[in-house]
Amino acid sequence: MRPQNCENYIYEEIMASNGYPDVAPVSNKQSKKNSPPCESGNSMPWFGMDIGGTLTKLVYFEPKYITKDEADAEVETLKNIRQYLTKNSAYGKTGHRDAHLQMDDVCIRGRRGTLHFIRFPTSEMGNFLALAKAKGMATLVTTVCATGGGAYKFEENFNQEVNLSLAKFDELDSLIRGMLYIDATNPHECYYWSEPTDESKCQKVPYDFSKPYPFLLVNIGSGVSILAVQGPNDYRRISGTSLGGGTFLGLCCLLTGCNSFEEAIELATSGDSTRVDKLVKDIYGGDYSRFGLPGDLVASSLNDVCSFGQMNSKDRRNTVSREDLARATLVTITNNIGSITRMCALNEKIERVVFVGNFLRVNPISMKLLASAMDYWSKGTLKALFLEHEGYFGAVGCLLQFTGNSNQR
Amino acid sequence: MAQVSNEETSSHPQSIKLPAAIEIFANLKNAQKFAIDIGLSLTKIAYYSTVRYRKALYKGVDSQSNEDFPAENSYQVSEGNRLHFVKFETRHIESCLDFVKENLVNVERFQGTSIQVTGGGAYKYKKLLQDKLGTEVDKKDEICCLIKGCNFLLKNIPGEAFEYERHANPEYKFHKASPNIFPYLLVNIGSGVSILKVESEQEFERVGGTATGGGTFWGLGSLLTQAKGFDELLQLAEKGDHRNIDMLVKDIYGGDYSSQGLSGDLIASSFGKAVFNSQDPSGNKNYSEADIVRSLLFLISNDIGQIASLYASMHNMNKVYFGGYFLRNHPLSMHSISYAIKYWTKGQVKPLFLRHEGYLGAIGAFLYGAQPESEKGSWLENFAGSSGLKSNTRSAQLGIQIDQLEIDQAENAVAFCPLLIDPATYNPDTTDLSQDKEARDYWLNCFEESVDKFIARAIYSQPQSPTAKDRASKLKEKYISRLHYLHEQPFGYGTLTVRTLLDTIEHCMKEFDFPDPYLLQKKQENEEALKHLKKRLEVIDNLEGSEKIEELIKGVLTGNIFDWGAQEVALLMETTNFLFEDAQKKIPERPWLQDCLDNWIKRLQEEPPHRCAAVFIDNSGVDIILGILPFVRDLLQRGTKVILCANSMPALNDVTYPELQVILKDAAKVCDIIKYALNENRLMAMETAQAGPCLDLSRLNLDLCVAMIKQNVDLIVIEGMGRTLHTNLYARVKCECLKLAVVKNRWLAKRLGGDMYAVICKYERELSKTDNQNMAKTKDICDCNQLKKNTNDSSAQVPTSTSTVMSKTIYLS
Repeated sequence: MRPQNCENYIYEEIMASNGYPDVAPVSNKQSKKNSPPCESGNSMPWFGMDIGGTLTKLVYFEPKYITKDEADAEVETLKNIRQYLTKNSAYGKTGHRDAHLQMDDVCIRGRRGTLHFIRFPTSEMGNFLALAKAKGMATLVTTVCATGGGAYKFEENFNQEVNLSLAKFDELDSLIRGMLYIDATNPHECYYWSEPTDESKCQKVPYDFSKPYPFLLVNIGSGVSILAVQGPNDYRRISGTSLGGGTFLGLCCLLTGCNSFEEAIELATSGDSTRVDKLVKDIYGGDYSRFGLPGDLVASSLNDVCSFGQMNSKDRRNTVSREDLARATLVTITNNIGSITRMCALNEKIERVVFVGNFLRVNPISMKLLASAMDYWSKGTLKALFLEHEGYFGAVGCLLQFTGNSNQR
Repeated sequence: MAQVSNEETSSHPQSIKLPAAIEIFANLKNAQKFAIDIGLSLTKIAYYSTVRYRKALYKGVDSQSNEDFPAENSYQVSEGNRLHFVKFETRHIESCLDFVKENLVNVERFQGTSIQVTGGGAYKYKKLLQDKLGTEVDKKDEICCLIKGCNFLLKNIPGEAFEYERHANPEYKFHKASPNIFPYLLVNIGSGVSILKVESEQEFERVGGTATGGGTFWGLGSLLTQAKGFDELLQLAEKGDHRNIDMLVKDIYGGDYSSQGLSGDLIASSFGKAVFNSQDPSGNKNYSEADIVRSLLFLISNDIGQIASLYASMHNMNKVYFGGYFLRNHPLSMHSISYAIKYWTKGQVKPLFLRHEGYLGAIGAFLYGAQPESEKGSWLENFAGSSGLKSNTRSAQLGIQIDQLEIDQAENAVAFCPLLIDPATYNPDTTDLSQDKEARDYWLNCFEESVDKFIARAIYSQPQSPTAKDRASKLKEKYISRLHYLHEQPFGYGTLTVRTLLDTIEHCMKEFDFPDPYLLQKKQENEEALKHLKKRLEVIDNLEGSEKIEELIKGVLTGNIFDWGAQEVALLMETTNFLFEDAQKKIPERPWLQDCLDNWIKRLQEEPPHRCAAVFIDNSGVDIILGILPFVRDLLQRGTKVILCANSMPALNDVTYPELQVILKDAAKVCDIIKYALNENRLMAMETAQAGPCLDLSRLNLDLCVAMIKQNVDLIVIEGMGRTLHTNLYARVKCECLKLAVVKNRWLAKRLGGDMYAVICKYERELSKTDNQNMAKTKDICDCNQLKKNTNDSSAQVPTSTSTVMSKTIYLS
């Protein structure tokens, strides 16, 4: 029971890790001394990397016009890289370029060009580094801009294996910068789902997000961060939850044996969560009217389901499909994010919520659920907004900071 | 990790073997009223029953009884009411109902009556209930029942609510009963989670909830592991390491995410590692089922903690109680929820758990069906019949695990003593034994050693009963097993104190039908002491001024030595002809261990007399008659009214209220002052509603409280170890207070820095309004500075005042 018992001391630390540290979330303003000064933004190629817990997002800027000097100077290596990235849409087994998200003719630091959006699992970082080495990255640049936890975790690997140093940027700073930039640049970036509860009428509707503040930014990656944003440089991380995209995928892998996010979403699309969850009617046999409950209690109980509530029964377990399980997992995680978000919005008195992060990729089920959760519980006062480039804002913000603020860092 | 897990399991036994002396479904045959809460996994049956017990009749000296032993007619059969709750797994519901049916007397009397039923299984088992018991089923709303039950427990059961902090000392921090329990948030974690805001007995609403609850843990756990059932899942979680499944901040960052103040050990993504693990091409799993369940447990409980925090801040609540089957007082879940709440609210919200959380619904359902009179009086947890935390009993009759709670109804309504400075922070007990291992070990051993004495006395008190020996040996078995349980689980019945240990003896005595083992003893001693009263009064009347006051105080102290509860003194009284004069010689020279006598003398001599004194008395015989009565008589002579306050129920050789009435009547024959004061109501006897040798000022007889206000009590005198040392040493009242006791326990005396028979004579002045604010928090503000040199280790303590030393010693002890 005493600290001198080392085992127990460690144990307490471990225990603490299931919750959260005592340190209160701090404002981001004075906490950016973690990046080394960047070299001039002139050296090509321009990359922004966001190395998350599950996915690494890579944004590549391809200049439209190359000056004559540059063309002369463009060494074979750089040409190779450009062609490798822009001509392919898949890299190895797991790397992908989201061609539909590609943004042509954007202006970054006075240069016009195309933004390419590429992602690969963070677990493939070793292969990525090998590739970067093989392509001779280090002969072109000495520094790559990176954000996300992996910028810290893999810094050594970049140094040692490819001889590249990382200019590290805070992921939440980058997220907001990237998001504001893309929204300002892409006229159809922001949208909402109209009539999210009615599958036949539900559709994407563009939303004018030119006057954004204040808004809540909910970033659903492996985990979830919730930020209250009051201005371009004024935000606070007010909450978060460890039940995020990683939880959905992790549970789905365990429950269904699926092998990718896409597969998990596909399974969920054809599944039925009511065969997995417990509904109020399962408990009361649909007989609430004769129950003599006060009306408001009935109303609230009717929405009260228990996720996976039927699965303690062996018989029921034998009758559910993988699809049902995937759907139930998706619904559980999404609803939980929805209800935490809703309460944060209420506590902060903020009415617009922007959901981003790769959990929403190819995932209209979750978006519609989030939209209807905001609608239903707030009686229409809360608005759920979505952005086309869901998961790439951190990488974009990182790229922007590299070119824009290189001398400040 | 493995080592820790072992330690975890060993300190958390699943059940403790209890002797057959424990009765299952006790007092069933007279059961009056049933209510049932049928949960998905556990069912709780509540019933109200009359308990017949013998109550000792005290006859005065003028009665004709000359027998050596009290005959059977010295007792009258009395009926008390008791609420019984039995908890068992729902899958045994049928056999339990059969058992109930078989054991009920005149089961037909339930025809046409109704039984209150609540819980998720109310619908499913409706027909079974109707068939088995032949009663109508009256379904009650779960939420209403929960809240009613929660309010009942918080109001009536001391130490019901607790904070939990794993590996802290103590791990369990029990909350005292509070005069105002509202408002609070109740988070009921059943299959799903309901969050209820409770503002008063009538005003409450369901403000929210989440579908991720106990059923999610159970359902997902069943899908992901081979574990059978909820409890197996919990056991599995104890052995796991969530870090193999969860993605921590350091898995992403390689360390802390310091700009956001997120430590590397935080879970960034629950189950985030399961993605990679299940894709591991080599087919090696880096995790076990136990890891999965632990991660799942953290996922659910962290999430509930976070959501509860959000609701708490939304509704501005600082107390959140957690109940429902998910918790079952499981340390890991409580820890995790507590941690989440404290983290998310930055410590602004207190996460609280309930010892009897499983019974909320059943209690509520019962109260809904109960007659109004069953809400009268007051309630007290019966330590003899109730299971402790985490101690299941295996029923010999039914062969299943059950858990029980028994709550006695007392005739007297109780209230907080109106003169307490701050009722909300009042804590009767001086030492928390669950925190203080040295004291705990001492007292548990001490009580175990003296149990034979209690037993012998119990048997001796019923010489004509053929069953006395058998009952006494069962009593002994039960009490000793209880002491052993408390060695293991000091928090099993709330805060462990000398008071609760003493109360447990009394509950066991009553349980095994030894209502008043000292009855005869007390009577004989009272009669004997009365013979010396006249002489004693003469001695005192020959003195004057400060000498007289000092002699009166010394008389009270001398009398207080005559205590059958004190082992060493009991031996003296048993083996020698121990007289008042002998006891006088035991009182040490002044200055005493705590010596405010001079201030008391000064007060009496220099200021106007008190309006009214409430005197809380201790032992029978010499104590009350030769110690207290002369002291009281002096107060009366000064013009002060006196309320003598005696126990309502017997405890050791303490004076009970009926006995006090007889004593006063007899004393009036010896002393005119007492006689006239009685006639003129300047001397009153009242009962305290207490049933043990200690004094809990938060549960004082309501009538006495009213009288204290009406009579403008401006002096409280508390006498004896149980009432001034084990309890109330630091209690602060608004008026003057005199606390008198002789420390008749060598170990305790030493611990306090004195010797055997050390004297506590503590006199506290009334507090002015400003004092009230400043001083209410200080432990001890007795204004005397006299110091008895500490003979044992004076070098170790160089005190500035006795009071600080004492308060420190006892507080730390």
